[in-house]
Amino acid sequence: MQVMKVMQEPLIFTHSRTGRSAAGQYPQAAAAEVPEKFRRKQRAALPEVSELQAVRHFTRLSQLNFSIDTHFYPLGSCTMKYNPRACNQFAMLPEFLGRHPLAPESASQGFLACMFELQEMLKEVTGMKGVSLTPMAGAQGEFAGVAMIRAYHRARGDIERTEIIVPDAAHGTNPATATMCGCTVIEVPSLPNGDMDIDALKQALGPKTAGIMLTNPSTLGVFERRIQEVAKLVHEAGGLLYYDGANLNAILGKVRPGTIGFDVIHMNLHKTFSTPHGGGGPGSGAVGVGERLLPFLPVPIVGRDGDRYRWLDARDVPQTIGRLSAFMGNAGVLLRAYVYMRMLGRAGMQRVAEYAALNANYMLARLQQAGFDAAYPGRRASHEFIITLKRQAKQLGVNAMDFAKRLLDHGFHAPTTYFPLLVPECLLIEPTETEAKEELDAFVEAMVAIQREAEQDPAKVKGAPYTLPVRRLDDVRAAKQLDLTYQRG
Amino acid sequence: MPFIPHTESDVREMLATIGAPSIDALFEEIPAALRIKSLAGIPEALTEMEVGRLMQQRATRDGRPLNFLGAGAYEHHIPAAVWAIVTRGEFYSAYTPYQAEASQGTLQLLYEYQTMMASLTGMQVSNASLYDGASALAEACLMAVRANRKSKSARILVPAAVNPTYLDVARAITEGQNLKFDVLAYEAASGTLRASSLDAYQGQDITAVVVQQPNFFGLLEDVDAIAEWAQANNALLITVVNPLSLALLKPPGEWGPKGADIVVGDGQPFGVPLSSGGPYFGFMTTRMEHVRQMPGRIIGRTVDLDGKPGFTLTLQAREQHIRRSKATSNICTNQGLLVTAATIHMSLLGAAGLEKVAAASQMQTSALVAALTRIKGVKLAFSGPRFHEAVLQLDRKPAEVLEALTLRGIVGGYDLSRQYPELGNALLVCATEMRTDEDIAAYAAALSEVMK
Repeated sequence: MQVMKVMQEPLIFTHSRTGRSAAGQYPQAAAAEVPEKFRRKQRAALPEVSELQAVRHFTRLSQLNFSIDTHFYPLGSCTMKYNPRACNQFAMLPEFLGRHPLAPESASQGFLACMFELQEMLKEVTGMKGVSLTPMAGAQGEFAGVAMIRAYHRARGDIERTEIIVPDAAHGTNPATATMCGCTVIEVPSLPNGDMDIDALKQALGPKTAGIMLTNPSTLGVFERRIQEVAKLVHEAGGLLYYDGANLNAILGKVRPGTIGFDVIHMNLHKTFSTPHGGGGPGSGAVGVGERLLPFLPVPIVGRDGDRYRWLDARDVPQTIGRLSAFMGNAGVLLRAYVYMRMLGRAGMQRVAEYAALNANYMLARLQQAGFDAAYPGRRASHEFIITLKRQAKQLGVNAMDFAKRLLDHGFHAPTTYFPLLVPECLLIEPTETEAKEELDAFVEAMVAIQREAEQDPAKVKGAPYTLPVRRLDDVRAAKQLDLTYQRG
Repeated sequence: MPFIPHTESDVREMLATIGAPSIDALFEEIPAALRIKSLAGIPEALTEMEVGRLMQQRATRDGRPLNFLGAGAYEHHIPAAVWAIVTRGEFYSAYTPYQAEASQGTLQLLYEYQTMMASLTGMQVSNASLYDGASALAEACLMAVRANRKSKSARILVPAAVNPTYLDVARAITEGQNLKFDVLAYEAASGTLRASSLDAYQGQDITAVVVQQPNFFGLLEDVDAIAEWAQANNALLITVVNPLSLALLKPPGEWGPKGADIVVGDGQPFGVPLSSGGPYFGFMTTRMEHVRQMPGRIIGRTVDLDGKPGFTLTLQAREQHIRRSKATSNICTNQGLLVTAATIHMSLLGAAGLEKVAAASQMQTSALVAALTRIKGVKLAFSGPRFHEAVLQLDRKPAEVLEALTLRGIVGGYDLSRQYPELGNALLVCATEMRTDEDIAAYAAALSEVMK
């Protein structure tokens, strides 16, 4: 068993001493002119530390984390694949870092060329007619998508269409987004085989249907087999189809959402196109649209006149849903995605889906052979799959959370737990294409070891983890006795 | 195969375990009619060396012009240590700290960040970030509607001297929720809001008042008077602030009799490079009484099974993965890595260092204004106290001047004439501590030539 060195690092504020500083980092001579009534009277309680103290503190903090660079991280629905270092290095060339977002187009042609080509490549892989790169995360891409659907209906005078249909397996962002756009959410259940309940869908469709938000392959780890029928039904009812790109990694270069009949898609560039997750962002949620939604794309978009690139704004796209960020979104993330796509190339992109599917199906097969229960036996896994520990919870009193925490002791980041909500005691496992077979095997062996331990000494599993910087945390206390900032003294 | 470790024998063994004849067979549940053979429109793969060459060519083409442009994004010194640590794989390639035990580094850092931002803004609590300053304003408006239970109108007053793009974004993001924005004119002579212009709204149901300090023109607003008006009229006060300016300026928590309600802004001045506009991060701080209406992730300190202190995501019942359609916002992923940069940056600079950076920026802007207004046809539009930006009025179109400056390697400022036609040929300029006296002299020399 791999054991993480137990470490602890005090808060940076405890290293602080009055008068200490990293004095080489700021100009010494400056003096401000601020009239009395505007002046700050007491300095903010920021730490006063030396440069080494800061560097050591934050380096030590980093060592308390699991990450892709240090651990297998099969977090379902998050696509935790290797983030190539080159993407970071080339996005951080000094000229790119120093470029002001409002710099003139004549001094931005190199950057704009990258963005234009990125738009074109994303159109190609999604089968869409237009792309806007501006949404700053998947949830903002979703917002843009639903806002465009709303704008489309309204522009046709079809103002009664305010219902968004969402499968019960959907990410929480889907219903939250629909609400944010002023829509009502209608939930449609899934069948025991993981496909959508088409009869329930038919019931849900009607003159108020604005559209449907679908993740395909779904969050259940299977491809929605009747997708063409779904598309036909929704379109016939006058609704539009929204593709949640959370699982695009599973079908990259295999199927284009535009071909299936989707009208709008958001892509999580931080998943499929391997930009870093950064401990919770930045993401990037570029959107692609078919013909009908082209007039509503969020701005700015990069356009090309002859051999010159330029920004398109509301003057060029008068029906746009508007701007979603102060500038153009997470430009540095977009550059990383661009570099990644150029390094993968045409064939490399198809290999992503192929090897992601191979790894997922292999792990699923091995776990089933080891006696674990697949939530959807008999189905092919997409790039991820669900194991349900309902039986272990009932027979041994050891649940999905316990397995997840014990996996940490084995040196693996836990899979996604308790999502999707409709599968009891679930682990949603996504190995990604960049993991080697040995790593997958080691994970399966850890699961087998935990199962054996759960049978012999369930309390041991329920008390995990033991080898991390902390053991299980008291979340109830965290929410009841709120301690959200450090109080000195 | 780039980034794929499988050998041929791996593939054979894995397919045998699965019981599938080929990788292709793994896609058999996808209707055949939908499957594509290849991605003809995608170029062939490049090696790292080749893509490096391409990117360097593109970067070189854009060059490194001398920058006097701010308007919401500011060029400051970033200590070398900041990005050296930020790009450590343990921060760079981790994800949202859902498994708290395996994410204590990120969680503790975020708790430290929340502490620093609360103190800097003079508020009680901070979230762990939003996307950027503009979307943070949108979220603040939505939050105010939830938090101000005395108000039914969802009506928000916004001075015209708030960053106009922020207002555009706030309108776009809140579009489906029937908020009403009333834009208040600034006083022509001072470029700031006269508190008395709020009196027209006296006695009306106003949900919130927004004020930006310093405002988009770089000028200091009479925030105490505006705060007082808001409080007297049962409106919440939402403030948009440049966090660096708070090293010098009175924090929003101390404005008026009881301080601001919601403080937002863009954290970019703290350790985040200009980088074409992102990724930056939005921050939000508030009073404890509003914490359950705050969007985004919040980190709390608690104890583990052994009573040892540790950190975890808390108040998750506000969030989309629990509350779904009833969540405070649809936000999920935020801008964690940029917060990492900002936290290291704030720790290295400290309050004293930030004060010096802010002061030097203000001094260099004054030097810039003095140098440029000596040129015939250039005058200062507003003379009141400011931070590190100023509005100049030119005797010709700013667009033409800026284009001519670009040819001389200078990004000369922000053309205000489209969004503020009433200001005439107005140009917003900025100098930070990064602009030396020589840089300023070079701008003045170039502008003299252009203005001839």
